[in-house]
Amino acid sequence: MTVAPETIGRENRLRSAQRFLVDNPVVVLVGVLVLLFVLTDVVNRHDAGEPFITWNQLSTTFLVAAPLGMIAAGQTLVMLTGGVDLSVALTATAAAFATSWQGNNGTVEGILAGLGVGLGIGLANGIGVGIFRVNPLIMTLGTSSVTFGLLSIYAGKSFEKVVPSFVSKLGSDRFFDYLPANLILWTALAALLILALRYTGYGRMLYAVGDNEVAARLVGVRVWQVLVFAYALCGLFSAIGGLLLVGFTNNPDLGLASPYLLQSVAAVVIGGTSIFGGWGSYSGTIVGVLILTVLGSLLTLLNADEWQRQVIYGAIIIALTAIYARVSGSE
Amino acid sequence: MTAAPTTAALEFRGATAWRRNLRLHGWTIAVWLVLLAMVPYWRSLSEQDFKFDVQAVAIDALPLCFAAMAQAVIVISGGIDLSIGSLMGVVNVLSAREMVDMSFRHALLFSLLVIVLTMLASAFTGLIIVLTRIPDIVVTLGMLFVWQGVALWIMEIPGGGVPIEYSDLAVGDLGTTGIPNAAVVVFAALMIVWVPIRWLRPGLALYAVGSNRNSAYLSGIGVARTRVGAYLLAGVFTGLAGLALSASSGIGDPNSGTTYTLNSVAAVVLGGVSLLGGVGGLIGVIAAAYVLTLSKIILLLRGTDPNYANVYQGALIILVVVIGGLLTRKTRS
Amino acid sequence: MSGEAPLLDARGVAKNYGPVLALRSADLSVTPGEIHALLGANGAGKSTLVKCLTGVVRPDQGTIAVGGRAARPRSPMHAAKLGLAPVFQDPALVPDLTVAQNFRLTGSSVGAVRSQLTAMDLSVSFRELVGDLPLPILRMLDLARALTHDPQLLILDEITAALPSDLAERVFAVMRKQREQGRSVLFITHRLAEVIATCDRATILRDGRNVETMVPQEGGEARIVEIMLGPEAARAEKVASELDEAELPATEEAAEADAEPVLEVDDIRVGAVQGISFTLRRGEVLGLAALEGQGQDELFEALAGQRRLEGGELRVEGKAFRPRHPYDAVRRNVVLVPPDRLLALLPQRSVRENVAAPLYNTPLRWGPINMRDEGRRVRRAVEALDIDMRAAKQVRRLSGGNQQKVTIARWIASGFAALLCNDPTRGIDVGTKRQVYSLLRELAEDGAAILFFSSELAEFPLVCDRVLTIYGGRVTAELAGAAADEASLLQAMHGLQLDEAVA
Repeated sequence: MTVAPETIGRENRLRSAQRFLVDNPVVVLVGVLVLLFVLTDVVNRHDAGEPFITWNQLSTTFLVAAPLGMIAAGQTLVMLTGGVDLSVALTATAAAFATSWQGNNGTVEGILAGLGVGLGIGLANGIGVGIFRVNPLIMTLGTSSVTFGLLSIYAGKSFEKVVPSFVSKLGSDRFFDYLPANLILWTALAALLILALRYTGYGRMLYAVGDNEVAARLVGVRVWQVLVFAYALCGLFSAIGGLLLVGFTNNPDLGLASPYLLQSVAAVVIGGTSIFGGWGSYSGTIVGVLILTVLGSLLTLLNADEWQRQVIYGAIIIALTAIYARVSGSE
Repeated sequence: MTAAPTTAALEFRGATAWRRNLRLHGWTIAVWLVLLAMVPYWRSLSEQDFKFDVQAVAIDALPLCFAAMAQAVIVISGGIDLSIGSLMGVVNVLSAREMVDMSFRHALLFSLLVIVLTMLASAFTGLIIVLTRIPDIVVTLGMLFVWQGVALWIMEIPGGGVPIEYSDLAVGDLGTTGIPNAAVVVFAALMIVWVPIRWLRPGLALYAVGSNRNSAYLSGIGVARTRVGAYLLAGVFTGLAGLALSASSGIGDPNSGTTYTLNSVAAVVLGGVSLLGGVGGLIGVIAAAYVLTLSKIILLLRGTDPNYANVYQGALIILVVVIGGLLTRKTRS
Repeated sequence: MSGEAPLLDARGVAKNYGPVLALRSADLSVTPGEIHALLGANGAGKSTLVKCLTGVVRPDQGTIAVGGRAARPRSPMHAAKLGLAPVFQDPALVPDLTVAQNFRLTGSSVGAVRSQLTAMDLSVSFRELVGDLPLPILRMLDLARALTHDPQLLILDEITAALPSDLAERVFAVMRKQREQGRSVLFITHRLAEVIATCDRATILRDGRNVETMVPQEGGEARIVEIMLGPEAARAEKVASELDEAELPATEEAAEADAEPVLEVDDIRVGAVQGISFTLRRGEVLGLAALEGQGQDELFEALAGQRRLEGGELRVEGKAFRPRHPYDAVRRNVVLVPPDRLLALLPQRSVRENVAAPLYNTPLRWGPINMRDEGRRVRRAVEALDIDMRAAKQVRRLSGGNQQKVTIARWIASGFAALLCNDPTRGIDVGTKRQVYSLLRELAEDGAAILFFSSELAEFPLVCDRVLTIYGGRVTAELAGAAADEASLLQAMHGLQLDEAVA
């Protein structure tokens, strides 16, 4: 019986447009991505005399973006619960190392070792945050510190590091010259993730816990279960990202994934997932990942100094989030 | 029970004073006790004389103390600042570059200028947060990159220097007492900058905004003004932190600040300041900074691989927070 | 009211939030020495008008004059200085500071506030942390502080909601004193009985406009509801409420027939509850009536699994029931509708997700969702409650009444044996309340067992088959639904013996 607030003519259309954009923020982001591609294309033609939007470049962009895409997938899950995982980069690195060490004993052992490490770290995070209610910032900080220490110790010792050939191929091969192997993996996992978030009970519970933990508890959800699972999955995805990275570089190195930590948070935020939880999607994150990757290429083309890259990077994060906040009218 | 309930005076009593004070100050006292408890063990491991050792700890902890104080001010007001470390780096390289050929007096004056600039820079971040309504984690994450870039622009590779007397401010000691300057400076900053504000309206406003922004607004507090003010105030400590880096290390390094951001958050939490805001104080945070530094030194003295030190520190932080969380179950609306 | 300059004269006040017109054009005039009610359904514009008057938001159009002089309040504190002192539903007190610190923050004299409290026969230590004090006490503190400004117009926004009757009495006394001193009170409330008992005039808002200003005693509740809802809806309500009353005698008999116990409470102790026993049976609505702080919240929390019992036993359908987590309760089909909808809803999620939420509360159900089944269940529940689905994408966009319906709808969708309703009609408009009453009766008729607590005594005879009153942590009386009139309930709620003549 309560009457919906009235609207006037033109403002009616504006309101529907605003609502559409709020409920489908990915549209705006894809627009930004296309813009970036065009910009990079223009710059490339100007500087190098050839276009950027070629099959080869596109393929490379996706190849380079895939590892970040995996790490950001895990970060998306955690941020949907209202938390953040600051250990994703080191987890990826640790997984890369584990795979390389076990790579001696075979491909399967290597991959299992890497995934196992990721899962283990994720579980530790999940137990800390879900069961002991440690603040996610602190917990993941702690595990990343521990991981870094352990890695430093073992990295010093001389183990034979062999990246399994399967992993190498997965990380750097392209089918038919243009279709990166890791893109196939990314696409498959992305589809799985997007469908799972939307059409499984767990997906619903993930959003519920992130939106209002108290309300979730009221309907009988044991919140710790949802959180442990989320962080464990995050660790797993980070591990996959690490494997793809080491497959690409073929050299496990302590600094392998360090830039990816902040980039993963940035990609998720740019993609429209609320940092407070309960709202967002992986599709937005995917576009966020691509935006960051193309941005990186653009900056490289512009021969930007390292410091310029940093400043622009930071400004872009703020600007894009501001635009998104404006459009969605959210706090 | 009385027959006519409406005429008797209704008196209400909540928690007893004892329990209330425990809740307000218990954590701070506990952290200082932990620090004191670590001292005997530390002495037993070290072969240096006491004065030298205390000096070493105070110097090592100095930048972290200030960084943690800056972070604490912001967290108390309900925010968080991931760009503190990077801004520290900017201050470090700027001061090291300019002070290389300065006299002590000029260096001091320049320091004042630098602190003012840092306050403005930090307030700028606060303004962006308030005006764009983007969550502070996101804005300060962006500013982290911006300041990092600025630091690299000012100085690409480590270099520069500071006058010896300036350095002495951090590494020397107070006359013949042997009290390290590094400790004196921290407490002087606390007394001069924080204590005057903390119990008066500006300080109460900080706590109020961090405790419940809506109630604070309805109480008539200028919420936006207070939040920007928090960043402005934190800028003082961030500036001091960067200068401390310059004074204690003697050079400027654009990457010097990076570890301080996350360590400052750790010190804040260990120091009893709730990440939700509105609770805690700077004294506990200072103790926490010393605890973190001292635990690192103890591990080194034990001859553990420096990398194990990271492992232990990480585990220690988690442990403290878990225990602290279990002890102070606090429900917030 | 003749020739006297109005204390407050607001004309043509309008406010829109983007394309949403929250207030279209409202006039409000309050004369000196009157208690003036501001009424309206949720969404009618009451709270927006109050926010404009008190400086919380700036109106887009309109003029406000206080005592003949133009006023543009910039903030609640500024409004207080202009003579309009507001007391909001959420107290303007910060939880982590002490009471004294809060007052220092707002520049209020501690001594002045204390003397106002003493005048109200209340005493509170100012060294308490605000977070340690219960909401009703905080409201009284807020009120005392507002009074220290010596306001021309005291604006009370839903102050009596969730206020126990002894404190509410003090508020009414303050209101009357204001009037005696030639000042005025603007009283915003959903409680029509209070309006009729205390107010001189009432202005009613509908759809963002003021539609009528009248004397509440002439025409009574029925007239007020009619104006609030508009002629069409009011007619429908009249029919509905007549049906309700016609049904009541029949339900008494129906409850006797189905005597199967669903929830047995055996001498339980938790919080302020010192030994309560009762049996909730199929097909009945059992009411609980109590003053504030008598243990009703702890009781509901314990039954719903949110809190551990300190003593006693529970049984559901004959078998022992020891819930340690809400999941244990939900699994045994004992479900809770809490008093604060903010605790029960997922604000950014859709109505469908909110309603379907309990279906996936265990890892066993984390797999793929059967969308068709879910759609059917949700649709059925939404229809049963007549939820307005126009803003269905995010539950926070719904009105208060619709939000409350969602908290009930979810249990209809997932099924239940015992429905625990703790003040389900708090802060929602009259029309929705009526719908909730008839729904609860319908559910009971279909065999559900419902436990019902309300802070509005008038609701008990409309909804319940029998009513238990609680005082001093124990059950003091049991009344048949029809016999649960306000006088009897109040006596029992204060622990007094019921007069035989009244029962």
